[in-house]
Amino acid sequence: MDVNRATAAAVIRMENLSKHYPVRQNVRQWLSREHRVVRAVDDLSLTVKRGEILGLAGESGSGKTTTGEMIVRLQEPTSGSISVDGHPLDAASRTDRKRFRREVQMIFQDPYETLNPRFTVYQTVAESLRIHGFRDRGEIARRVLECLEIAELKPATEYLHRFPHELSGGQRQRVAIARAMVLEPKVLIADEPVSMLDVSIRADILNLLKRLRERMGLTMIYISHDLATIKYLCDRIAVMYLGKLVELGPADAVIGQPQHPYTRVLVASVPVADPDYARADIDVDDAPPDQIDLPPGCRFAPRCPYAREACNACDHRLHERRPDQFSACLFTADQWQPR
Amino acid sequence: MQAAQEQAPSPASASASASASPPPRAHHSQSLAALFSANLRQDRLALTGVVLLTFFLVVGIFAESLAPHGPRERHYDDAGRIRRLEPPSLAHPFGTTDVGRDIFSQVILGTRTALIVGFLAALLVTLVGAVVGIVAGYYGGWPDAVLMRIVDFFYAIPFIPFAIVLAAILQPSIWNIILAVSLLTWRTVARIVRSQVLSIAQRPYIKAARVAGAGHTRIMTRYILPNVLPLVLLEMAFMVNWAIMAEASIAFLGFGDPRLTSWGQILHLNFVSGYWRIAWWWTVPPGLAIILLLLSIFFVARALEAVVDPRLRNR
Repeated sequence: MDVNRATAAAVIRMENLSKHYPVRQNVRQWLSREHRVVRAVDDLSLTVKRGEILGLAGESGSGKTTTGEMIVRLQEPTSGSISVDGHPLDAASRTDRKRFRREVQMIFQDPYETLNPRFTVYQTVAESLRIHGFRDRGEIARRVLECLEIAELKPATEYLHRFPHELSGGQRQRVAIARAMVLEPKVLIADEPVSMLDVSIRADILNLLKRLRERMGLTMIYISHDLATIKYLCDRIAVMYLGKLVELGPADAVIGQPQHPYTRVLVASVPVADPDYARADIDVDDAPPDQIDLPPGCRFAPRCPYAREACNACDHRLHERRPDQFSACLFTADQWQPR
Repeated sequence: MQAAQEQAPSPASASASASASPPPRAHHSQSLAALFSANLRQDRLALTGVVLLTFFLVVGIFAESLAPHGPRERHYDDAGRIRRLEPPSLAHPFGTTDVGRDIFSQVILGTRTALIVGFLAALLVTLVGAVVGIVAGYYGGWPDAVLMRIVDFFYAIPFIPFAIVLAAILQPSIWNIILAVSLLTWRTVARIVRSQVLSIAQRPYIKAARVAGAGHTRIMTRYILPNVLPLVLLEMAFMVNWAIMAEASIAFLGFGDPRLTSWGQILHLNFVSGYWRIAWWWTVPPGLAIILLLLSIFFVARALEAVVDPRLRNR
C-alpha cells in the first residue's frame, strides 16, 4: 500500500507528522508521570502533487488547521517531517528559512482579522516584499499593483490607500491573497478562506483561487469543513478525524462513494452542491469527541453507526478501496452493518 | 537580499502599464488626534480638561517670568517689619507665609516642579512598562513568567516607605522622586500592556506577518507596538497624575528637595509652622492647584480612553 505513489511530482510531502499539545495537569498526575497530551495531529503521512488542489476536510478539532500551520511553520511538529519541493523544513539555515517563507504562503479564515488595521492596502502588500529585502520603491510599487490586479482588485490604484476597515470582507480576503501572491509562492495554504464570507462572494473567491493555480502554477491545500466548496475547488480530498487521516481520494469519489463511515456522516451532514445526490440518513451520536481520552482502536468507533468489536484493533492504516481512494476503515462499504 | 530580487521573475504581465513610481504616502484616516479632537466637540469635561491643562502648561513653562518674586524672598512693609501671614492683597494675591514670602510666586514655581515630575516619571514608566509588557506578552513562556514575577515583586513594595528610604539613602531631590515613582509604577503599565499584547499576538495578521517571514523585532515594532500605542498613551496620562500626586505626598511629608519649590513643600512648611489653622490662603492655593491639575489630566485621559475604547464614547 503506497499512498504516496506519485512521489516524483510531490511538492509537499508529510511523513509521520504529529503535533501533540501537553495538557495542564495537577501535581498528582504529574508525579505519576501520566503525561497527557492532545493529539491534534497524529502520525499523518500525505503528499500533494505539483499543481494539485488538495482539500483537507474535517470538523473542528480534527487537526486540519494544525496541519496547515505546520506546513507554513507557524507551529513546529512534535515529530515527523515535512518537505516542500524536496527540501526538508527542519534543520534549515536562516537563509533557507527565508527562502522557504517565499515559497509557502497562507491565507486565513477571518477576513476582518487577517489584515493589520494600521496598514493601508499598499503597506500590507508591500510589507511582504520589504521583509524579503526589496528596497527599490518603484519595483515594490509595480509588484504591489500587479498583485492587486491578479487578486482582481481593480482598478488597483483605487485601493492602495484604503485601510482594512474601509473594505468589505471579500475585498479584504483579496488583499490577503495579494499579500501572499506577491512573494510568488509555489505553495498556498488556504485555511477556510471563504467560510466567513457572504455566500454570494464565496464563488468569486473560489474561482480566483482556481485561476491562480493556472496562472501562477500554484499547488494548494484548501482547508475547510465545507464539503461543498471542497468539491467545487479540489482535485483530491483528505478527510481527517481527531488528528488521523481517515480517507483520501479523488474529490468526486470521496463525496460520491465515501469509503469511511465518518466521511459518509460528513457528506450527509453538510449541504452538497448536487441536488440529485441521494443523501444517506445516518444516525450518529453527536456528542463532541473527547480529544484527550481517545479510544484504543479506531477513533471514530464510539460515534460510528457500524462499529464492532474488531474496530478496537484498528490502527488507522489506509486501505485502497477503489482506484486511488484510500480509507482507514477496516471494512469495505458493503460490509458496514448498523449496530 | 540582492540575490532574491534578481531571481524573482515578474508575477504576471497583468499591468505593464502600472505606474512605476511609488504611490504617495497615505495619511492615517483614523488617527488618534483626529478622533480626539472630534470627541472634544461633544465632551464638555474633556474640553475643560484641555483648557485647564493648557493653562497649567503655560504657567509651568513661563513660571520664571510669571512669578513676581523669588520663592524665598522676604517682604517688608514700609516700617521695615516682615509681612508675616498677611491675607491676600493686591501686592500678594495669595498672601504671605509666616516668614513673609510670597505664596503666589511659590505656587507658580511649584507648577513647573509638578509638571516636570509628572511628565518625566510618566515617560520613564510607560517606556519601561511598555517594553516589558510587549516582550512578556509576545514571547510568552519563560520570559513572560520571569518578567511577571518581577512585576509581582514590585507590586508588593509600598510606595511611601520606599520613597522615604530612597530619599534617605540618596539625596532628597526630585530626581529621586522620579526614580522612586518610575521604579514602582512601571509594573502597572507592564501588566496592562501585556494583557493587550496577549490578545493581539494571537490575531491572524500576526500569523500572516510570520508566514511572510517577518522577524520578532519587526513584528513587535511594526505590528504590536502601533496597536497598543493608544493604550500606552492612555496609561501614560494616568501615570502623569499618579506621579504628581506621589511627588506632592513625599514633599508634604518633608522628604522632598528642600531647595526646590513644590506644592507639596508649600503645604509641608505650612503644616510644620502650625499656621494651617488660621492661614487658609496658605493652604488653599497649593491644594486647589493640585486638585485642578489632577482633574484636568484626568478629564483628558478619560477623553483619550473614550477614543481608545469606542464602547465608552457615549457615556
